[in-house]
Amino acid sequence: MSVNADFTWLIGGPQGSGVESGANIFSKVCAEMGYQIFGKREFYSNIKGEHSYFIVRVADKEIHSNVTDVNLMVSFDAETIFRHFDEIVSDGGIIYDADLAETKTDAVHTLDAPFKERLHERLRSEDRPFTVAGALEIARGNGVKLFPVSFKSILEALATETENPRLKGLVRMFNVIGVSLSLGLVRMSTDSLQKTIGKIFSNKPEVAKINQLAATYAYNFATAKFEGFNHVLSGIQKTPGTLLIQGFQGTALGKMACGCRFQAYYPITPASDESVFLESNEIIEVIDNRPGSTAVIQAEDEICAMGMTIGGSLTGTRSATCTSGPGFALMAEMLGWAGINEVPIVITNYQRSGPSTGLPTRHGQDDLLFAVHAGHGDFPKIVYASGDIEESFYDTGNCFNYADIFQVPVIHMMDKFHASSVITCKRFDPQKITINRGKLLEKVDDNYRRFEFTDDGVSPRSRLGMDNGIFWNTGDESDETGHITEDPILRVKMMNKRMSRLDLILRNIPDNEQVISFGVEEHTIVSWGSAKGPILDAIKMLKEEGIKIGFVQLKLLHPFPSDYVNFLIKDAKTIIDIEANYSGQLGKLFKQNTGRDIDYYILKYTGRVMTCIEVYDALKKIVQNKADRREVLMHGA
Amino acid sequence: MALKLADYKTDVHNDWCPGCGDFGIVNAIQMALAEMGIRRDKTTMFSGIGCSGKTSHYINTFGVHTLHGRVLTFAQGAKIANPEMTVLAVGGDGDGLGIGAGHFVAAGRRNVDMTYIIFDNGVYGLTKGQASPTLKLGEKTKSLPSANTNASVNPIGLAVASGFTFVARGYSYDVRHLKDLIIKAVNHKGLSFLDVLQPCPTYNDLNTRDWYAGTDLVDEAQKRHSRIYKLEDQKFDPTVNYASEVEVNEKLAQALIKSLEWGEKIPIGVFYKNEWISPYDQRIKDKIPNYLENPPAKQTISKDGQPSTDISKILDSLEV
Repeated sequence: MSVNADFTWLIGGPQGSGVESGANIFSKVCAEMGYQIFGKREFYSNIKGEHSYFIVRVADKEIHSNVTDVNLMVSFDAETIFRHFDEIVSDGGIIYDADLAETKTDAVHTLDAPFKERLHERLRSEDRPFTVAGALEIARGNGVKLFPVSFKSILEALATETENPRLKGLVRMFNVIGVSLSLGLVRMSTDSLQKTIGKIFSNKPEVAKINQLAATYAYNFATAKFEGFNHVLSGIQKTPGTLLIQGFQGTALGKMACGCRFQAYYPITPASDESVFLESNEIIEVIDNRPGSTAVIQAEDEICAMGMTIGGSLTGTRSATCTSGPGFALMAEMLGWAGINEVPIVITNYQRSGPSTGLPTRHGQDDLLFAVHAGHGDFPKIVYASGDIEESFYDTGNCFNYADIFQVPVIHMMDKFHASSVITCKRFDPQKITINRGKLLEKVDDNYRRFEFTDDGVSPRSRLGMDNGIFWNTGDESDETGHITEDPILRVKMMNKRMSRLDLILRNIPDNEQVISFGVEEHTIVSWGSAKGPILDAIKMLKEEGIKIGFVQLKLLHPFPSDYVNFLIKDAKTIIDIEANYSGQLGKLFKQNTGRDIDYYILKYTGRVMTCIEVYDALKKIVQNKADRREVLMHGA
Repeated sequence: MALKLADYKTDVHNDWCPGCGDFGIVNAIQMALAEMGIRRDKTTMFSGIGCSGKTSHYINTFGVHTLHGRVLTFAQGAKIANPEMTVLAVGGDGDGLGIGAGHFVAAGRRNVDMTYIIFDNGVYGLTKGQASPTLKLGEKTKSLPSANTNASVNPIGLAVASGFTFVARGYSYDVRHLKDLIIKAVNHKGLSFLDVLQPCPTYNDLNTRDWYAGTDLVDEAQKRHSRIYKLEDQKFDPTVNYASEVEVNEKLAQALIKSLEWGEKIPIGVFYKNEWISPYDQRIKDKIPNYLENPPAKQTISKDGQPSTDISKILDSLEV
């Protein structure tokens, strides 16, 4: 029996069949029982029918990423088995619907041609039929235990037992049944399962009751009928103050806490969840005061979203938008307007795989160089990246401070890996966020000039509607009052004033907000954004084997902290760039700004997130001198 | 101290061509603001790009000269964040009905309480006279290499169809009438639209001041008559007087039919007015009861540098 837990569970099914809520129940129960959770959701750009799955890693130690192997898979359709049977590790298990055993690959219309070809090749190589049973036989050969169960019979038995014939047809409870079978199999507490279902359906007591019945039945079925599974999750000491949180909630809660009161957006995956969450919580409690609120406006396109955000900010309101690559591309012209007019705004950019529509629901860190260079002409801006969800909460507060203090647009880089991860982390502490509005004025004296030349290059900022605070803005070059000028001398002064902001930013943002060093060794990784999680887990695994790898996480990407990074990495001999894009965008930026070459790249652009195992394997090859200069990671369905 | 007309003028040099129709519009806006006595620092003029874009620099209120086609986006954002402000947006017909047409339609659906004025001259002036969205199909103004191959958009019709709740047309050489229209538009509760016919003396040699004055039209009695006439002189009632579908449809249809008049008779005045449609601020207030008393721009977000927002209940719900 394995007791120290690092257990990965996979649930799959057609989009719209409750995979996500199943995973939600499973994660909540495990978190409730004290475990750390790292879950990720993968789905097609589709509403109903295509294959989606959720992988939940459950551990009794701190984790920051997923692994490659799956210990237990539960499926209530054939496609999940076809797509994932080879991911189940020896000694692992598959709970599957026995009624589907004879289903042929050709009967599953959502299997796309390139995948089906690879699947057939695999089945042929083991001389197995092109059926669910064939795939399962290969898994069995790999040492995987099979747990067949007829989901339909469970519903029928439940219907008879409760004298409620309606239950027979409730296939949408397959997810709860699948989760409960899984939890029964690992001997997880049934109380916690019942409580979690009750909580999730607290608004619909009838639905809660039926689901709880089904859960009990399935749970008992598993404990009575399934044998020989060597994994037990019986619960550990719970860490108080633990959140179970989904990625986009980090920036959303950060915005609420730091006083962002205006957000305009246009729907786009994977960014819109954040705006929807903000709108769902639009009325805000304020300490010792009347309630506040966030105006969350759905615009007609991203151009309007950005225009509205700038308009909001000009009134002195902390204002933001949230988008992804295609939407951000549309905002580029306005970014320059915000730049030349020194408007503090925050653009939360949840990247996905490009180019163009790319893989619209899949992961990528594709837009770093675009963000750094977005907009025509030279103007100051900040590009800032968070490494994980917990960071993203506090970073959001910092981004708004940077915007206000330096009067520049701030692009806060997030991505799909963040957005659709569900993790446990330490409860956010809003009191760790400070609010610094820079030179935003509370009152204005006579002869106000919005773009007045000052010693530090930042002018006091009035707001639209402020007494005596009249100013002008224009996208043209302007004089100190904000009126158009084409005077060459004034042009140079204004340009110098604005661009001096870049040095000011580097001098004033504390080092530990610019770059985080997890130690520098002979082999040192440079990376950014969500690659942090898999890297942290991978270098920990290597450390346990006595292999030390350094890691420098870059958060401030523009302006680039060249001197500080050079200082940090001076003792590193081999620099390894890890990121989720084709060309190693950070590597290019790094070389450009530090003069140092990247020795190895570990890149992934399948659209799927990195697992720590993949990163571990690639790093080990590098240390052993067996790696290619460019290691490309491929794992994940 | 009461504000005078001069208080609404800046000393910025005005570089429009001599005889430009834009002068009449900017004068009418300044006269309207002075007559209403609206505080300069409670008013923001937003403008787009083109000759009309410079308007915000000539008016002594807050002035935000935005981007080509995007003026309504900035203006709506600011008005929603600070609903106490009087907001006017201006732009050309190319700006608002060409590159900005999508925002025009969407703004109609939102009905934010502000005023949008289009300087409608049929040409792109600052880029030397290309055809704009309101130039008729087959017309050839003097800078065009060949006749216009696009049909024209009907600004009044588009506004009515998009949901603008006050739709009117003015003429830049009838400044007093235009001033009155602007006052009505600003006082209207909801999104008001003013299409202002504005001859471009440099590039539009067809729709000239003389053409609007009808110097080419001579009736049987050898008397000239102006093309422009006023709807109010014909007892045209543009107002939706009660909230019924029949009444609304009748007034919409009548506005649309009137908007099609062109050529020898061109109506100006109010085409449509409907205050039964909720303005956007009311729609927000329905969700956020204290929105108008405590809008985004007025909220307290910090105390001694610490957040004053309390998110503890949400965090509690996420805690395991």
